Amino acid sequence: MDGTGVKAMMAAVARAVIANVDQLSEADRATGDGDHGVGMRRGFEAVLEALEGLDAATPEQVMKAAGSAIMARGGGASGAIFGTLFRGGAKALEGRDRLDGDGFAAFLSAAVEAVKKRGGAAEGQKTMIDALAPAARASAVHASFAEAIAKAAEAAEQGVEATRNMIAATGKARSLGERSLGHIDPGALSVSIILNAMRDCAAKT
Amino acid sequence: MRKPKKILNDPRRAVPEMLEGLVLANDGLIRQLDALGALVRNDIPEGKVALLIGGGAGHEPIFSGLIGMNLADGAACGEVFAAPPPETIRAAAKAVHRGKGVVFLYGNYAGDNMNFDIAAELLAEEGIETRTIRVRDDVAAAPPERMDDRRGIAGDLFAIKIAGGAAAELADIAEVERVARKAEANMRSMGVAVSPGSLPETGLPTFELGDDEIEVGMGAHGEAGVKRQKLVPADAITDQMVAPILRDLPFVRGDEVALLINNLGASTMMEMLIVNRRVRQLLDQEGISVYRTYVGAWLTSQEMAGFSITLMRLDAELKHYLDLPSFSFGFTSQ
Repeated sequence: MDGTGVKAMMAAVARAVIANVDQLSEADRATGDGDHGVGMRRGFEAVLEALEGLDAATPEQVMKAAGSAIMARGGGASGAIFGTLFRGGAKALEGRDRLDGDGFAAFLSAAVEAVKKRGGAAEGQKTMIDALAPAARASAVHASFAEAIAKAAEAAEQGVEATRNMIAATGKARSLGERSLGHIDPGALSVSIILNAMRDCAAKT
Repeated sequence: MRKPKKILNDPRRAVPEMLEGLVLANDGLIRQLDALGALVRNDIPEGKVALLIGGGAGHEPIFSGLIGMNLADGAACGEVFAAPPPETIRAAAKAVHRGKGVVFLYGNYAGDNMNFDIAAELLAEEGIETRTIRVRDDVAAAPPERMDDRRGIAGDLFAIKIAGGAAAELADIAEVERVARKAEANMRSMGVAVSPGSLPETGLPTFELGDDEIEVGMGAHGEAGVKRQKLVPADAITDQMVAPILRDLPFVRGDEVALLINNLGASTMMEMLIVNRRVRQLLDQEGISVYRTYVGAWLTSQEMAGFSITLMRLDAELKHYLDLPSFSFGFTSQ
């Protein structure tokens, strides 16, 4: 997938996040303060604007522009974290004209490291890392670009479900303790929505 | 679920419209920069250590309303309950900087911590020194051995008051930081929620409580507290809140404190004063004297009903900064 393809893919990702704003807000109302959906919508509306002004960009430039837009306009923890995901992941794409399976796996792996470093959270603490980290691992072994994304998306969905059985150890949900059991993490759900949109886009190309 | 009535135009424009109104209500004392949510004082003296506060909107008058004499030099204001993005913080910091560095002061939340840290990294690259103070006054959020897991609630007001005075009088950023840290280390708070606030953009309450239920220790965004229980009389709720506050620092016989009863938004002044009466009875019993009392709504959570109690243990230095006159849209004292 060349830079133009990545740009189209990120536009599809942004539209998918925006379309799911109510679902994300509802998930956040259960364990947080209910603003995850509107924060993600602000960030990804900014992504759409940033992509419009981007011509003949490399995959790295597209991902970096998307991350910068989210970080600048998303606000809250989600703006910092999802901005860091795309900006951190973009660094692994340096020098690549095309996004392939290896590049995608490297993108996710770098994204996980950047997010862990910024937020200080680890796996198992009921955060978006519980969807992103398994997705990165699953994408590492693949026969094609489409397969790398499909495996990542599947692992992320399982990761979202796994957060149901986790006790929140960070963020606004932390003080819920055991009361956070049974609810999925809204950030993990966002990761899954993003990867599902990427998978659907890759499957079409 | 019944959506609360709010007087808004486009709910998605609530924060920018509010900020426009806030700047006008300051009668020329502050301005908003091009970076949305970056508010700065118009009369910051040269050579002054700058104090920049900030956080999500929806808690007015904190933070955006606390810019002024012997208070903050600027505020970075995010969307409702969401930390401001790094660019807002960076722009505000650059505008308040007068060559002596910028002290960041805000409540301890993951979103604020990350966004202010990113801004601090960007500013360091531009040669602007920053110091960071995170207010962690909510004893309900975590035990004392996990101070860094505690949220910042109404104690923000005391922290801003003390740090604002220190930043106005002291020439060295390290000294301002020391005084602000001392204030932060000596304050403890606890809240109680009676009914929820709601997000303007979704119209939905941030949590649910039964008609006869309250949650003791609940955070300003509806974060879980220590106990959900039946509504009981004011004195009984107050007793439940004061005991863990006193135990935590601990506050002991002979201590002098500043007392803050903060209305979360929709409770009445009558209720706040009834609570104040009981707090004073309890402090008298413990031999703790109150140097100054503040009763009002400074850290609100939209139409959330409930209140918090904050105590700050004082020494001569903290009293000095507490006593300095200060003026702003949201807080004035003499």
